[in-house]
Amino acid sequence: MNWMLALPEIVLACCGLGILVFGVLRKQDSALICTMMTLGAFLIAGLLVLTGLPGIGYHGQFVSDSFSGFNKLLLLSGAALTAILSLDWNRQAGIARFEFPVLMLFAVVGMMVMTSASNLMTLYVGLELQSLALYVLAAFARDDLRSSEAGLKYFVLGGLASGLLLYGVSLVYGFSGTMDFHELRTLLAQPGNASPGVIVGVVFVLVGLAFKISAVPFHMWTPDVYEGAPTPVTVFFATAPKVAAMALMLRVMATTFGPLLASWQSLIVIVSIASMLLGAFAAIGQTNIKRLMAYSSIGHMGYALVGLAVGSPEGIRGVLVYMVIYVFMTAGTFGCIMAMRRKGQPVENISDLSGLGSNDPGLAMALAVFMFSLAGIPLMSGFFAKLYIFLAAVQGGLWTLAVVGVLTSVVGAFYYIRIIKIMYFDAPVEAFDRRPPALSFVVAATGLFTAFFFLFPAPVVDAAQLAAGAIFR
Amino acid sequence: MMEVGLPHYLVVSAILLVLGIFGIFLNRKNVIVILMAIELILLAVNLNFVAFSAVHNDLAGQVMAMLVLTVAAAEAAIGLAIVVIYFRNRGSIQVEDVNLMKG
Repeated sequence: MNWMLALPEIVLACCGLGILVFGVLRKQDSALICTMMTLGAFLIAGLLVLTGLPGIGYHGQFVSDSFSGFNKLLLLSGAALTAILSLDWNRQAGIARFEFPVLMLFAVVGMMVMTSASNLMTLYVGLELQSLALYVLAAFARDDLRSSEAGLKYFVLGGLASGLLLYGVSLVYGFSGTMDFHELRTLLAQPGNASPGVIVGVVFVLVGLAFKISAVPFHMWTPDVYEGAPTPVTVFFATAPKVAAMALMLRVMATTFGPLLASWQSLIVIVSIASMLLGAFAAIGQTNIKRLMAYSSIGHMGYALVGLAVGSPEGIRGVLVYMVIYVFMTAGTFGCIMAMRRKGQPVENISDLSGLGSNDPGLAMALAVFMFSLAGIPLMSGFFAKLYIFLAAVQGGLWTLAVVGVLTSVVGAFYYIRIIKIMYFDAPVEAFDRRPPALSFVVAATGLFTAFFFLFPAPVVDAAQLAAGAIFR
Repeated sequence: MMEVGLPHYLVVSAILLVLGIFGIFLNRKNVIVILMAIELILLAVNLNFVAFSAVHNDLAGQVMAMLVLTVAAAEAAIGLAIVVIYFRNRGSIQVEDVNLMKG
């Protein structure tokens, strides 16, 4: 038994316990120092992931390969960006408590276990570790009614989704006799073994996972939770958990249940089309920018699912590239949203951005880059994300998805570009407060990545290619 | 005398699952009822796992049932904590009052 395979998770979990004890025992305010220690723990875990060896351990429960490594690095960087952004915001909102980074850290441990799951048991434990920490995070501003309502809604719907996923797991286990991903795959490769019970189970598992990535029709919680939760928590929700849930979905669907592609492909196609349509049309009437970003993320998950619907290594590669680009441009956009603050109070309406182009040219430029990228305008990274996905769809013969995707991108471009128009051409209103340096750093870093991705796409695309190849072995 | 077999367990568990789901969506009264409905769903799943485990003569299902029990306890604790902070802010835990954000 090779326990070294899970070294990043073990080290991260131990760091989490250590930071928790440190924060409790220390008398004075320890939010800042605990956040720094959490960032250090993320860094150590990232280095361990980079140097880790591939293999299967814990009696087939846990797998470490280039697919899990790719996703772990991505979700660690998403979480690290969130931790940096949360520092100033939490202090100004009066919720700078050391539990925040610790909860994030435990959620990240859960996500890392999810990406490495090689058995339905590991899948469930990782998913719940992540979800339980996220429920608390959503309600973190405990004196704020909107935050506690967001936490309550997320808890109820999340609990339902976990229950449905678990019911699916029990059916798959019962009708196939195993929970191991590899055994399931070899078992299901013989047509006789794919009993209706297994297929019903797969559909339940799909429902549970679709909830976690907030794909239509399981998206009901997303706008409310994004709007109600404190903004740093919203950033976290929009980045790392999406990566982990998508990675899990890719591994479970494309490989374990890959032999049943014919049974679930049409479901993914419907979910994907519905997500793209809702993301494009429901966002048009929004006035709250966090709510708009919620619908935007629903739409983006719809695009990413196109790659899964194809089910080929090219499709998986497309999804992975999409997730990298999505994480960085979303983190940057939320960085800009966090800069929207007047007289110490956060403002969230799109109309508050009026005249940002003359008040704060740097921030306006960055937000314009992110909006163009989210809309998929060429040369921004968002364009390449969609390009790889639609190429895979066309190669896989799923023309409908590619056509719907391009059409909804055009509709979506309307509301992204409306924000740019409001920033540059509407009459200026009162300027925002000075933005904290950490926020400017995150926005600048993600902005540069988004704007200049086209100069160096090779490392990301090659790594995604390698990762996509790894899960089909 | 009819023998109780796997189908009976599966039917009971499916009924419990449906009751749980309806408990969440049709309940218009109290948030605590929703917490109970979630527990009901998890119990339905556990019944499934134990029944399948006995049929397959494989311990994995029972191990999973223990994991589910543990997680259900943690989930109930967190759910009640969230309900408490919600009640402190809102002064009510009626389901129809959970309506601050819409659209």
